[in-house]
Amino acid sequence: MSRYRLFWPAAALVALLLVNLVLSPSFFSIQVRDGHLYGTLIDILRFGAPLILVALGMTLVVATGGIDLSVGSVVAIGAAIACAQISALPDQNSVGGVFGAFGIALALCLVLGLCNGFLVSVIGIQPIIATLILMVAGRGLAQLVTGGQIITVDSDPFRVLGGGYWFGLPAPILVALGVVAATALVVRRSALGLLVESVGGNPEASRLAGVRARGLLTLVYVFCGLCAGLAGLMVSSNVSSADGNNAGLWIELDAILAVVIGGTLLSGGRFSLGGTVLGALLIQTLSTTVYTVGVPPESTLLVKALVVTVVCLVQSPAFRARLRRRRKPPAPAPAEPAAKVEVPA
Amino acid sequence: MSTVTATPVRGGWRQARYLPIAASLALLIIAYGFGATRYPAFGDGQVVLNILIDNAFLLVVAAGMTFVILTGGIDLSVGSVVALSTVLCAELLAAGLPAPVVMVAVLAAGAVLGLGMGSIIHYFEIQPFIVTLAGMFLARGISYTLSTESVSLEDPLFVTIAQTPVELPGGLRVSVSVLIAVAVLLVAGYVLHYTRLGRTVYAIGGSNRSALLMGLPVARTRVGVYTISGFCSALGGILLTFYTLSGNSSHAVGMELDAIAAVVIGGTILTGGSGYLAGTVLGVLVLGVIQTLITFEGTLSSWWTKIVIGALLLVFILLQRLIVGRAR
Repeated sequence: MSRYRLFWPAAALVALLLVNLVLSPSFFSIQVRDGHLYGTLIDILRFGAPLILVALGMTLVVATGGIDLSVGSVVAIGAAIACAQISALPDQNSVGGVFGAFGIALALCLVLGLCNGFLVSVIGIQPIIATLILMVAGRGLAQLVTGGQIITVDSDPFRVLGGGYWFGLPAPILVALGVVAATALVVRRSALGLLVESVGGNPEASRLAGVRARGLLTLVYVFCGLCAGLAGLMVSSNVSSADGNNAGLWIELDAILAVVIGGTLLSGGRFSLGGTVLGALLIQTLSTTVYTVGVPPESTLLVKALVVTVVCLVQSPAFRARLRRRRKPPAPAPAEPAAKVEVPA
Repeated sequence: MSTVTATPVRGGWRQARYLPIAASLALLIIAYGFGATRYPAFGDGQVVLNILIDNAFLLVVAAGMTFVILTGGIDLSVGSVVALSTVLCAELLAAGLPAPVVMVAVLAAGAVLGLGMGSIIHYFEIQPFIVTLAGMFLARGISYTLSTESVSLEDPLFVTIAQTPVELPGGLRVSVSVLIAVAVLLVAGYVLHYTRLGRTVYAIGGSNRSALLMGLPVARTRVGVYTISGFCSALGGILLTFYTLSGNSSHAVGMELDAIAAVVIGGTILTGGSGYLAGTVLGVLVLGVIQTLITFEGTLSSWWTKIVIGALLLVFILLQRLIVGRAR
């Protein structure tokens, strides 16, 4: 079942890579310079790492039937706090100071996640609305921290997280993979994943079965906040600056898209971490392709709109039922579903 | 999906469903009173009217959003549709079409977009959130593809409408956009509170199932509210071109949040079924007064606006939660 679900995102990714192979043969070349790997594929992984992290947190939230709109703002806040802390250090290159800044930034993101979780699980507000509050206010908070400016820092230890190399591979990839692996281990080797799915699948039944939904719900929002904060550290480290206005802009939409492409149902009840990683890589590859092919980058939004619509239609039981009904009559019209998909345009 | 209308009746304005609207009215009076005592110029009638002039397009967009939220849905595409409409205006005028034709075409485009989203939401049973998200990508994508630069409008009709002040007694002025916005609000209020369509909107928000079982035209109405919202967004876009005299694909980024915030602060409950259009007007005015206050404070920090709006959203949602909880 799980293998079957991963098939479509994987196939789409392979198809997109093949398109690239035809359009620009240099796409697949990977060089080794100073013991580091360079190349477009490596760049996709490197710039895709924050999206993978954010989408990972989002997956667990969506698995409970919720959604977290505030991740983009949390990315900006995490970046702003870290850069503000580091720029205030007497010696920006001190490793301890940078780790201290990381700790403060992540702790704050944890608190923000806790606020979201509290509103959803204890007060019982719809997740879209509960996280909308932080989405609106959060960008204001990030700008408050940076004073409306772009804070630039000059710190070598900080730069490692977003732009450094470990064992010849870019550090962000290794960090993201590490977090994904740890999450998969915790969620799939314990009952935690199952419990999260049960809360998403049927909250009432899982309550009757003795699942403590409140704690679980809070936990997933806290985890999502932490992932977004870590992504924010990566994004700001990569450019050595924090921009309260633009850091993490639209990332919540990309993350939701990655989760949906990965085969996690938006209504909750089951999730696929592998699918989410594939989905995030697909989106990043799509953006990179658009740049390398020379199509105006503005068109990415159009492509994404079509992808969201198609994916949602395919997931929709009502749509599938309609297709089946239409196929039964003598003359099956294969062009019909394609035409249907165009309608939202 | 529970509604406040089931609240035990205590009569008149003390009924719980009026509480959020009373709260936003009180908030508006307090914010305005604070400004007026602090800055003598704030109390000037023209300052109040300027709030209307600056937010005419938001009033129209929020009116459309009220219909959608009353059915328990949400429309995230409004900001993008506003931007798309301004770009369409500019591009179609540049193509040599006469101004009235351009306006009709833009309004039709907005309505068709809403119709498409509404149809997908209703017939394929996909969450409004995700469908209108795709609509948001789509509209923003189309407008960026049409033009990435700000195009100024020089059409005589647009310029005339934009620059003709409407004189009011007492030497006060409003713009034509304000008159259009007021007309839209009157029509929307009539439709929502005095017609069959309006009652069906409330019924669907109260309980989609019950509305269906009662034989109400659920399909038509649910598709209809998104069409109305699309139309209102397109009209909001045209009003924005009167305000800025330019078409720009980066206009109105994040405006869907302002519209949703205005509706919520106005006391409409996000699960649908309860709220008033008058509340939405109050919500827009509250946002406008806060904006003006922050401008008067002279801190020039737009981030405080965001933080205050976020805090207000939190307060009003908690207030609603309290009322709904008590009604149960």
